[in-house]
Amino acid sequence: MNRARQRPPVAVVAAALLAVGFFTLPLVGLLQQVTWSNLAADLTTPEAAEAIRLSLVCSLAAVALAAAFGTPLAWFLARSDFPGRPLLRGLVLLPMVLPPVVGGVALLSAFSLRSPVGGWLNNAFGIQLTFTTWGAILAETFVSMPFFVITAEAAFRTIDRRYEQVAATLGARRTTVFRRVTLPSIAPSLAAGAVLTWARALGEFGATITFAGNVAGRTRTLPLSVYLALEADRQTAIALSLVLLVISLVVLVALRDRWLSRL
Amino acid sequence: MAQSVVSLDADVATSAGNFELSVRLCAPAGSVVAVLGPNGAGKSTLLRVLAGLTALQAGIVSLDGHILDDPAAGIFVPPEQRGVGVVFQDYLLFDHLSVLENIAFGPRSAGIGKAAARTIAASWLERVGLSDRSSAKPRQLSGGQAQRVALARALATDPQLLLLDEPLAALDVGTRADVRRHLRRHLQQFAGTTVLVTHDPLDALVLADQIVVIEAGRVSQAGPIAEVTSRPRSAYVAQLIGTNLLRGEANGHDLHVTEAHLTIADHHVGPAFATISPSAVALHRHAPSGSPRNQWLAKITSIDLLGDRVRVTLAGTLDVVAEITPGAAAELDLREGDDVWAAVKATEINVYDMGRA
Repeated sequence: MNRARQRPPVAVVAAALLAVGFFTLPLVGLLQQVTWSNLAADLTTPEAAEAIRLSLVCSLAAVALAAAFGTPLAWFLARSDFPGRPLLRGLVLLPMVLPPVVGGVALLSAFSLRSPVGGWLNNAFGIQLTFTTWGAILAETFVSMPFFVITAEAAFRTIDRRYEQVAATLGARRTTVFRRVTLPSIAPSLAAGAVLTWARALGEFGATITFAGNVAGRTRTLPLSVYLALEADRQTAIALSLVLLVISLVVLVALRDRWLSRL
Repeated sequence: MAQSVVSLDADVATSAGNFELSVRLCAPAGSVVAVLGPNGAGKSTLLRVLAGLTALQAGIVSLDGHILDDPAAGIFVPPEQRGVGVVFQDYLLFDHLSVLENIAFGPRSAGIGKAAARTIAASWLERVGLSDRSSAKPRQLSGGQAQRVALARALATDPQLLLLDEPLAALDVGTRADVRRHLRRHLQQFAGTTVLVTHDPLDALVLADQIVVIEAGRVSQAGPIAEVTSRPRSAYVAQLIGTNLLRGEANGHDLHVTEAHLTIADHHVGPAFATISPSAVALHRHAPSGSPRNQWLAKITSIDLLGDRVRVTLAGTLDVVAEITPGAAAELDLREGDDVWAAVKATEINVYDMGRA
């Protein structure tokens, strides 16, 4: 290697430093605005506590739904060969790139009381999704499930299928093979997918507020509370933002081996 | 052999890409058949067909009178219903299960309760001498131990047919002999039929009763070990057992091989194979005179030291390998590229008919 070429151009370094500053400054600004002495009080106001509780309920329910339905879906995408599979995968991944507010509008048009499905759910079972916690869960599941599906699909694709074949020669039926061999061997990937899904569900704003509305104690999750509190009670908004920031950092650290080292 | 009932009867035809496998394999109950062949000969494909992991395109596989695969009749028994135990080359133990749970997997899958399955597994673990490793995870085992656990796991399902895919290939040379001896003891006790795929002739010699040699998807030679080793019918088999194989036309006491004529001791007529042990080939700097021997001029293409012998590969009228002592090699001052005289006594040439394959 030519030594003279090793030093990067000044313009590139300058632009890169600007970019780093651009990412760092908002974080520093947020941390600077935190009133650390009041943090505990800010986070334990009835509104804040309610938002935290609701966020945990909704996001964990979204993860459970994503895992329950996303695992079989990922299996199909990875293992079966049918025409239109690329199309199906695109459809499943669409919520990752779709503006969440559009997702909310789409959910409204499908599940509002005036829509066929939503109306039927309400008439037949008395289930109303809009403006209820179920609606918030549904909105979070909609935007976060793709993260689970792509992680699980990759895991289904990369495991050594000979282990499943060994299990078959040992007399295990397909369901037993899946339960006792396939699932345990992709468990780490599924866990990573679940964490990622949870982080996305926890931060969901646009689809939730559009579809489920902003009802205190029912659909007002952490991000919605932050947005609402920003005008009335700035300290609480910043404290709640800090909670979300810390959770994001923890998720990033937890998944560092999976995501950061590959870059 | 003749009095035994045929247990495994497989007439296998399948193809993948350019590769075509067409093999007939029969094995009496309780026997150990070694399937020997170079890499890419189709050994593993054959094993997968027997295990039910690859479906036949044509032919039939039956085990103890039950048809396992018969595309013409639309019969295919999936692997989990075959009663076939498989030990794969790299053992493929389940990493998330303990050694005991690995062995209990088969009995559990057969519907046996957890406690009973563990009892069965524990007794197998004892039989393979690894009771003290019962709670270990597979990655904590040595290669030899993993092989024994894989064997116990396969046998714990009480299979009628045991398939071993290169069972010793993943082991280092030091442990291989031990594990081979251990495997031999278990195969002798196993009542079912064993098919052993290997590329190591020693595995076949120690473990098997019968050899089936597969080359390029076809059986090139099959039979009891003694017969195959004393009468090789392909260059591959000859090389495996370390002898020189010549093909020629016999006429009385004369064997015509390519451009050479060899004098042979026994009387033969027609197409024939001849083997010459490398140690029976003598080398001389000058044409030996006065003895009624076969001799020809050859060029040395390579010289290798093999333990206490020197292996000299010759090209010329006849391409053969000679093995001489290091002392003789030094005395003759042999170099690659040198011309030497090779000589073989007529009684050292073992001639047999090419006729039946």
